[in-house]
Amino acid sequence: MAMALTPERLGFVYRQMKLIREFEERLHTEIATGEIPGFTHLYSGQEAVAVGVCEPLSDADYIASTHRGHGHCIAKGCDVPGMMKEIYGRADGLCKGKGGSMHIADFDRGMLGANAIVGGGPPLAVGAAIACQLKGEGRVSVAFGGDGSCNQGTVFEAMNLAVVLKAPVIFVFENNGYSEHTGVSYAVGSKDIAARSRGFGMPAETVDGSDFFAVNDAMRRALTVARAGDGPYTLEAITTRFFGHFEGDPQRYRAKDEVARQRQSMDCLKLFRARMEADGGPLKATDLDAIDAQVMARIEAAVADAKAAPPPAESELTTDVYISY
Amino acid sequence: MPQLSMRDAINQALHQEMARDPRVIVLGEDVSGGAGGTSGEREASGGIFGVTKGLLPKFGAGRVIDTPISESAIVGAAAGAALAGLRPVAELMFADFVGVCMDQIYNQIAKFRYMFGGKTTCPVVIRMAMGAGMNMGAQHSQSIYAFLTAVPGLKVVVPSNAYDAKGLLIQAIRDDDPVMFFEHKALYPRKSEVPADPYTVAFGQANVLREGDDATVVAIGRMVNFAEKALDGLAAQGIQCDLIDPRTTSPLDEKTILESVENTGRLIVVDESPPRCSVASDIAAMVASRGFESLRAPVQMVTPPHSPVPFSPALERAYVPGPQKIADAIRRTLDARR
Ligand SMILES: Cc1ncc(C[n+]2csc(CCOP(=O)(O)OP(=O)(O)O)c2C)c(N)n1
Ligand SMILES: [Mg+2]
Repeated sequence: MAMALTPERLGFVYRQMKLIREFEERLHTEIATGEIPGFTHLYSGQEAVAVGVCEPLSDADYIASTHRGHGHCIAKGCDVPGMMKEIYGRADGLCKGKGGSMHIADFDRGMLGANAIVGGGPPLAVGAAIACQLKGEGRVSVAFGGDGSCNQGTVFEAMNLAVVLKAPVIFVFENNGYSEHTGVSYAVGSKDIAARSRGFGMPAETVDGSDFFAVNDAMRRALTVARAGDGPYTLEAITTRFFGHFEGDPQRYRAKDEVARQRQSMDCLKLFRARMEADGGPLKATDLDAIDAQVMARIEAAVADAKAAPPPAESELTTDVYISY
Repeated sequence: MPQLSMRDAINQALHQEMARDPRVIVLGEDVSGGAGGTSGEREASGGIFGVTKGLLPKFGAGRVIDTPISESAIVGAAAGAALAGLRPVAELMFADFVGVCMDQIYNQIAKFRYMFGGKTTCPVVIRMAMGAGMNMGAQHSQSIYAFLTAVPGLKVVVPSNAYDAKGLLIQAIRDDDPVMFFEHKALYPRKSEVPADPYTVAFGQANVLREGDDATVVAIGRMVNFAEKALDGLAAQGIQCDLIDPRTTSPLDEKTILESVENTGRLIVVDESPPRCSVASDIAAMVASRGFESLRAPVQMVTPPHSPVPFSPALERAYVPGPQKIADAIRRTLDARR
């Protein structure tokens, strides 16, 4: 199904995944210099999920994101230099520097915000889906969450409410194997997140989250159901993160060579390149190399811009909030 | 006497109380970490701030319980275990996550002893990291002790140093009432002298860190450190103040504060929670109603603005009340001489 994507569209998809990857890899090096405030959760390794899910969405569709939200933001079309400035805490960051890495939002793009409360997003996504239902234009809403978030009561409530209301919500659980320093095989009792969603009464699929095409095909099936008014759907994407839970995590819970192995076998960019070759080259290696070069230049410019950008004026402290004291 | 960081002092208190009393259990997310991991290391974390390190190897997974991300269940299970005779210490990681499990705290835990006619107590301790200053954003930086102080039935502890943290936590674990225990993230690495043996610090007894006749400064948590800095600066100008750390906001040592104001006639309260319905406004109101005769100047409240905590360091620096703002407030009360 997804192979029906035109070469232009395939190029767009690859560019998006590469943009997320390089955004995160660059942050990883920049954070080590100590110039980036706060703490940051990188999305490297999971790009095919965000891009596979968001590719068929428009600005009129909604997503609710997580603490690991940079990939969702980029995939939903958020301005990359604006994101970088937000992460650096600059005045013209996407949220004026008031949000930071864990709170990037862009309502013009249907991006309802990254969320630092695990399980905070899914109820919001249900609410946005109610708004979509009332509009009656076939819009949908997507709730991104990790494997760890599926243990949160708010998520259970959101799933049941979506089923009860037949709300057009797609719950995307990115199962990267860990919630912080704890493995999914310990924390998810049934060890099967998709089955849990089925228990709430919605269809659910488990897909290979390193394979853009697998994610994108499943997302299109989910969209057919949701846009038709037949209620919510779950995708559980099996994936991995190439870095620690947050930057600075020594990852003592992980086998020594795990990430190195996964960077070989579960890299969505490598798999995408291999797929292009196997499919007879709708995009040639040289096309992809050219995209790589463009992406690197964009990231370089975004970082340089962000470093040079001014911080917010102190007067911003008390704007955007009712205050009379 | 050994110097310990506040992190290690709390860790020591947990070790000592778990060793003393088999009813003490610890539960929370990643309190040991490593369960279900691929390295085989069973204590891969010891708490995201390293405060529960070493507990799992010593006391085992029966008493040191890693949980899924389920704050309502963590806190509710702690409460149920307390009703069934245990003395649970639940860790909520960031105090902001109280938002997820508020019902278990304020409709359940806080009510049991009174609502059940005194037939039970609910000896739960909930530990959580709080405070701004680390650029962690609006949902990981709040100081929410004020709104739990407002709940009848809860005791609320906000230590400002390692010595107090150890003694207050041991008291919290032995206390029959539920205790909300707030640990300021910026204080974890700060060291002070901490006796190796177990000891308790009583609730409702303020610590008077400095004495002086010019004004009374009451400060909570990390603000105590900032107030000390402010007073160091003012001392050079010959200004001497009482500095009072209440240590617990509920119960509150009203007597020590009132007696000090009786002598100085001037009050400055420094509080990291937002200004409305805060500990600062609570103490100001208490002194206005019970110590009005002593007051010779308007009470000064030094708090953050009535806004969420901003991310950008440029804004967060302005958000947190620092030594300069405290010194300015002290000057203002003194200028209003009467
Ligand atoms: C309510 C709440 N509890 C705990 C946390 C601390 N925390 C942040 S991320 C995280 C793990 C999330 O795991 P998962 O949902 O699998 O997402 P991942 O980090 O793997 O992307 C935890 C426990 C939080 N931010 N919010
Ligand atoms: Mg995860």
